[in-house]
Amino acid sequence: MPARRLLGLLFVAPALALVSALFLYPLALSIASALARPDGGIGLENFAKALELYSGDMVYTIFIVAASTVLIGLVAIAIAGYLTIGETPWLLTGLAWLYRWPLFVPFIVAAQCMRTFLAKNGLANNTLVASGLIDAADTVSLLDWRGVIITFVWKQAPFVTLLLAGAMAAIDRATIEAARNLGARRLRCLIEIVLPQVAPTLMVGLILSFVTMLSVLSVPMMVAGSQPTMLTVDMAFRINAYGDYPVANALGVISYLMTAVVAWIYLRQAMRERDT
Amino acid sequence: MTRALPGMALRALLLAALAFAIIGPLANLALWSFAERWYFPFKLPVSWGLRYWEVVFRPTGVAMASLATSISIALLTVVVALAVSIPAGYALARLRLPLRALIMIIFLLPQAFPGVAVYINVARIFYGLGLTGTIAGVVIVHAAHALVYSVWITSAAFAAIDRDLEFAARNIGASALRVFFTVTLPLAAPGIIASAIFVFLESLDEFTGTFFVGVPNVSTLPLLLYSASMGGNYQIASITALILLVPSILFMLFVERFLKADVLSKVGR
Repeated sequence: MPARRLLGLLFVAPALALVSALFLYPLALSIASALARPDGGIGLENFAKALELYSGDMVYTIFIVAASTVLIGLVAIAIAGYLTIGETPWLLTGLAWLYRWPLFVPFIVAAQCMRTFLAKNGLANNTLVASGLIDAADTVSLLDWRGVIITFVWKQAPFVTLLLAGAMAAIDRATIEAARNLGARRLRCLIEIVLPQVAPTLMVGLILSFVTMLSVLSVPMMVAGSQPTMLTVDMAFRINAYGDYPVANALGVISYLMTAVVAWIYLRQAMRERDT
Repeated sequence: MTRALPGMALRALLLAALAFAIIGPLANLALWSFAERWYFPFKLPVSWGLRYWEVVFRPTGVAMASLATSISIALLTVVVALAVSIPAGYALARLRLPLRALIMIIFLLPQAFPGVAVYINVARIFYGLGLTGTIAGVVIVHAAHALVYSVWITSAAFAAIDRDLEFAARNIGASALRVFFTVTLPLAAPGIIASAIFVFLESLDEFTGTFFVGVPNVSTLPLLLYSASMGGNYQIASITALILLVPSILFMLFVERFLKADVLSKVGR
């Protein structure tokens, strides 16, 4: 039925045109601009310059995003795990009600919250001092790499927890009960029985979070100072201060490559699962 | 019982610590919005008041102008996104398409790539077309970014409809077009509304794209928040942030009413 196929393509065409014009074409342009040489040829000069100027920030970006991803995973496993195998009713209710709050908070709002909360005179330090855990003279501002990581974990952990708790609720309870009856402790039960069954969901959640954090501009700009900083901020600076598209685009392509690495890890894992 | 007590206290303490970590940052935001003066070394605002709320909600103020801009842009983004997504979603759910999986993935890509590098090139293209600093430019940037929600969710909504209802209407003599508008579209409406809410919020909260494409004329609430915060005016920034939180929280409370399990299970398929 070629007519029906044509109709289908016709229906999809406007939406595809929108994505092509505002995403695929600019994406291609950024790669072309990163590879272009001033004399019109193709070369890696822009990448060399980007590396020379920003290699520190590249390492910093990977460190921030990787550390945040690991912490998000640990927090999500702890909360979702307790929600699945916990036995204290009031703690379960409290936890389920509590953990979702940051889920729909926009990044820029999260950044503003943390800008005040983590400051030297913010609520975090003041509460720790008031409760006697630290001395007033020892308070430090956390508005640096630590602040960026805290903001990312605060914002993204609920998302991964939500996915993970959903997956854990769907697994066969009988396997958990059996292990418990055989005398397995709850923590062991979580690590050896529950976690392997939800690993693919955890992976998807963490990869989505990794890519999201790699593209956020507001958090590193608002929560931490300018040196060192994340690649998104460097790109914005390169454009706004120098109008330097070649180097900004080279940094952009480097951030695409970072995404490509995690996408490749994900695809390899997905393939392996389909084969077994 | 006596043995369980320390464990109980430890659990209560852990929950309290977690509650503080989650709610604390939001509480700090609320405190700043009512602080007229607050400086080191005072642990709480030196003087409280509604002065900055009055500044923000003054009808002629900058904040109200940004709110109006933000809402107009979000509504227009919903219109643009739905206008292209309803036919696309229908085709993806019902018609035979070559390379269907690839087409689905293409709509996901804008969310899956680091956006900054794309936006700086969009801004460059727009500059040549006279679209930088215009509402229209910002709207289409937001729409392209949010298309994954509207296309995927409307497609799932169409896929979840029982086709027998449509066949029944056709059997008693309704035309294909009439069946679409009187049977298919009303049945898909909750899913379409859910996708519209996603697109609305995505546009309302969008910062990076507007930052590059909207300058210097288009100021949305996130841009106002950013400039107020960087300028050290934490009260205006906090109140703007609280305004942005309202739709997000409403959404969290009501999304399940529109996004039913039968549609949810078909998203992305």
